[in-house]
Amino acid sequence: MKYILMMNSMRAGHGVPQWPQKDLQAHIAFMIGLDEELRQSGELVSAEGLSFPDQAKLVRAGKNGVPITDGVFPESKEFLAGFWIIDVEKPERAYAVAAKVSAAPGLGGAPLNMPIEVRPIMSAPPPEML
Amino acid sequence: MKYILLMSGTKTGVDGYHAWSQKDIEAHMAVLQGITEELTKSGEFVASQGLADPGEAKLVRGEKNGTPVTDGIFPESKEFLLGYWIVDVATPERAHAIAGRISVAPGPGGVPTNMPIEVRRLAIYVQPQSQ
Amino acid sequence: MTKAWDTTSEHLLRELAPQVLGAVARRFRDFVSAEDAVQEAMIAAFTQWPEEGIPDNPRGWLIQVASRRMTDQLRSEIARRQRETAVAGELETAAITVDIETDMDPNDTLILLFMCCHPALTPSSAIALTLRAVGGLTTAEIANAFLVPEATMAQRISRAKQNIKASGVQFQLPTREERAQRLRSVLHVLYLIFNEGYTSSSGTQLQRLELSREGIRLTRSMHVLLPDDPEIAGLLSLMLLTDARRAARTGANEELVPLDKQDRSLWNRGAISEGTDLLTSALSKGAVGPYQLQAAIAAVHDEATRPEDTDWPQILALYELLKRVSPNPMVTLNHAIAAAMVHGPSKGLELIRALDTDSRLSEHYRLHAVRGHLLEMTGDYESAIKHYRIAAGRTTSIPEQNYLMTQAARLAERTTQ
Repeated sequence: MKYILMMNSMRAGHGVPQWPQKDLQAHIAFMIGLDEELRQSGELVSAEGLSFPDQAKLVRAGKNGVPITDGVFPESKEFLAGFWIIDVEKPERAYAVAAKVSAAPGLGGAPLNMPIEVRPIMSAPPPEML
Repeated sequence: MKYILLMSGTKTGVDGYHAWSQKDIEAHMAVLQGITEELTKSGEFVASQGLADPGEAKLVRGEKNGTPVTDGIFPESKEFLLGYWIVDVATPERAHAIAGRISVAPGPGGVPTNMPIEVRRLAIYVQPQSQ
Repeated sequence: MTKAWDTTSEHLLRELAPQVLGAVARRFRDFVSAEDAVQEAMIAAFTQWPEEGIPDNPRGWLIQVASRRMTDQLRSEIARRQRETAVAGELETAAITVDIETDMDPNDTLILLFMCCHPALTPSSAIALTLRAVGGLTTAEIANAFLVPEATMAQRISRAKQNIKASGVQFQLPTREERAQRLRSVLHVLYLIFNEGYTSSSGTQLQRLELSREGIRLTRSMHVLLPDDPEIAGLLSLMLLTDARRAARTGANEELVPLDKQDRSLWNRGAISEGTDLLTSALSKGAVGPYQLQAAIAAVHDEATRPEDTDWPQILALYELLKRVSPNPMVTLNHAIAAAMVHGPSKGLELIRALDTDSRLSEHYRLHAVRGHLLEMTGDYESAIKHYRIAAGRTTSIPEQNYLMTQAARLAERTTQ
């Protein structure tokens, strides 16, 4: 069963984390380790990181096929920072992986406890999309 | 350059979509399918995914010992990701143009939905060679 | 008689690809179809040879399989047009194969390179087509290298060939008038292939084709065919001298290790030696072009046993030349760094001020990264941290991002001590 695990940008201002080197390195190593684990177990389908939200653009259809593009988003908007698509036996495994992502170390090595949204992926060509 | 084009909607919006006529839903899907086919022909298509109904979304946090804490409660106003395309294009303008095409996909009565499509550049794991 | 398939076999097979393609394309006067036919022959070889062994005349085998495909297609076209002609008798594949082999021209690989890198193609199309037609890579391998689906890559290559057909370019070497420009296109494509670089892992990919190696291989084959061209030698030299540092460039967590922090004992001295020799020979030929200059800069870096032994005045002089010969914002940035090493960081900062109004670069992460580095050199840590963080937020390269964030963190820790 395929699930998508979505991680949002970590802090207000959406800038890079301003932690000490040690904590940055621990966080990076954790994420690399997690990817490697999922690759080894054969559960990783894909993983992507998105560039920072300050470069995000919102596009709407304009007149004559020319799109209207701007970088204006509501204050409350949550920005996707990255996601994993995993193929697992049961939903419980997807939640366990998400919990692991959530507990990635941050400042002072403490678990970030980020909320990770978990959604099933459409397996057959879905009604909503393609 | 790889970009991800994100299509999102609120629960209310999605419920509204489910209430469209069969004909309108099919017309909408046909346009999106057509865009995917065009992108394959142009050699720009990388991936696309539809996500299941937001009603099945869960928010998970990790306890210290790894136990997941799960709930399915989200604010009414939350924008859920409904699906995305990943494209490999020569310029940001091309990514925006594709997003514009998605945005124009028809809704009830064939009127363009004008949905806002978020365009984000994807990170890559390559180092510059110059070092 | 067959030879067993071993670790060198794949390389051999791929070397044959452009030779076979050149010959078949010339014989059938149809580059587009020939390229498909040769690709199919390559895939057949990759499937059969490991099992059955390498044929005694591997090139002849490939030509035969590709020709058979071509004649089958021609036959079905003729049948479709319902024409019985003497041509049908001529389509005796075996005879054609012998013909083709006898007529082979060592220039064919060169002609293919010029065609596949035609300026009418977008860089990504040219790269894809060159890797398949000249590199002998399969569509799947190329797709994997660029992390796109195979169908997408197949389409890119197909469209590239259609564009070549539409441009009317003939299967022959460029004329003397066109040559300089056409050669520039080829070298640019080869440089881009080299620069795509090496990823140890990305998302789900465990192994990726090392495009930098492909870049070197293709440039080397061009150098062998045109040994007197100094810019080709310059480009090959630049690639060798840059690639020589590869083992030292990545840290344990895949983070970027900059030049001044690399463990130079990990540098490939053989590659440095080869690159330097090539460069010396190229420079003696007179006209010094941008690739030779960039190679010279790399050579000066590579000859320093320790970072503090680097001959920065020479590098600065070379960048000054490069700025005149091939000005662009990246050269300006690198020139500013060299100027800072020779004349102090304020000089470097002064030089990059001109880029603040250059729209090509003003928002680019590298401008912030370099400014951060120069500000650090002046001791203005607070401003340096700010620019490192902006740069980290702007770069799309994860290893680079990690490096820049760590630089900022390192400085932040110094300021609080």
